[in-house]
Amino acid sequence: MIKLPEPIDDVVVNLLRLANTKLPYDIGWALEAAAGWETNDIAYTQLGAIMENVKKAEHLGLPMCQDTGIPVFYVRGKFDSSVSDLIAKGVERATRDIPLRPNAVDPITRENTGNNLGPGMPVIHYIPTSDDFTEITVLPKGAGSENMTRLAMLNPADGIEGIKRFVIDSVLDAGGRPCPPSIVGVGIGGTSDVCMSMAKEALLVPLDEENPDKTLAQMEEELFMKLNGSGLGPMGLGGSTTVLGVRIKKACCHTASLPVAVNIGCWATRRASARITDEGVEYSQGVGF
Amino acid sequence: MHIRAIGLAREGKETPEDLDGAVLFHCGPIMKNRDGVWSVVAAGPTTSARMNKLEAEMIERFSIRAIVGKGGMSKEVGEAMKRCGCVYLAATGGAAISLAEGLARCAGCEWEDLGMAEAMWRFQAHRLGPLIVAMDADGNSLYEQVNSSLVRDRFQNLTSDREVSSLPVRSVLLLEVVNHVDDPLPALLKGERYQHDDHDQQSRQEP
Repeated sequence: MIKLPEPIDDVVVNLLRLANTKLPYDIGWALEAAAGWETNDIAYTQLGAIMENVKKAEHLGLPMCQDTGIPVFYVRGKFDSSVSDLIAKGVERATRDIPLRPNAVDPITRENTGNNLGPGMPVIHYIPTSDDFTEITVLPKGAGSENMTRLAMLNPADGIEGIKRFVIDSVLDAGGRPCPPSIVGVGIGGTSDVCMSMAKEALLVPLDEENPDKTLAQMEEELFMKLNGSGLGPMGLGGSTTVLGVRIKKACCHTASLPVAVNIGCWATRRASARITDEGVEYSQGVGF
Repeated sequence: MHIRAIGLAREGKETPEDLDGAVLFHCGPIMKNRDGVWSVVAAGPTTSARMNKLEAEMIERFSIRAIVGKGGMSKEVGEAMKRCGCVYLAATGGAAISLAEGLARCAGCEWEDLGMAEAMWRFQAHRLGPLIVAMDADGNSLYEQVNSSLVRDRFQNLTSDREVSSLPVRSVLLLEVVNHVDDPLPALLKGERYQHDDHDQQSRQEP
């Protein structure tokens, strides 16, 4: 059993509190910049209401949105199987103490488990690497945005134009329901499930980090421009700030497939990471991979 | 809560009397109970569209006067609003702490067995907002207006370098802008309009 310097369940409670109460710095900047850019009065009111709420939540140490979501974890680096029980323990304590809203229900009976635990909960992705740390990232994902997730198995002949068309239609058809201005996570390639996973992982990449792939960076910019030129605006009430950023990830796919997935993050795309080494724990809110 | 209220009404059974002529807030709040007294921790609006199939009947049976929510509701609900004199007030999605402040006092809970997010919570509201009238009692909908004028393929025919260079191409560029100006947040919180210079004003007014 790998011995870690900090109890994982304590780290998880801290992560959930940080993610739910403090908006990541890059999203805060993007909102401020958008407020400077926006000319539509209603849009301006919405951005102001968002930013005022963000300040209050941070000041009071309370969750900025009442939908504290399904906690989605990414465990990267070195770890062993004991980490899953400890993460679950942390989620249960965080639900009680912060507090978080109990959101986990049986999909058929709709009975709430009361503590955000249950079959399949919490959601944990494992990425073992040869690094000398254990990094735990949490992305509390609310239903408003998650319910707008889309997957398309495109015809490879549809190409880049087909991908862009699908992303634009997915975001505009969602309207105000995922609480724009949003962050659009896009997955291209993989098998269908990998494609969907990449689209969600893309939401972890900070907005001020440039995409190392030139083609993807160009696509991100073009989609950003087109979506903000659509006129949907904050909360779908009109304006020129529909998205705060577009983040794309790709992976190889079958020669006869072109899977494309869109996972929308609401304006409150909440994230927090903890990097655990022998020296201790370092917390941050902008670790993408 | 809608399913239960409508179910009881259809069977002719008793429903909470304060539902009549009420203002409904589509919300699954985070509530805290201390010594038997409920108080609200966070209360942003939930997606109203989930109630589309039930809301028209709800409005008609209980003479609901206003609905506070986010994302709007269907044409069918809009027609019920026109028939019964009801409006849809858009609250800012995710502004859970600000809106919780407007729900000054919790006056109790009905149907607690439905769980925290689905029960009927009663509140005395004071300065709940900001709220935008997004669907009025005359059948107009701001959502419909926005959706019908959406441009799906903006900037398709960009020809000049000047056009391209004046547009924000990604939020990173926006972040570069914000780092060079004074913090706009204080002005925003005071309700003042952030002052931009004339050059930016012109390029932003392009259709």
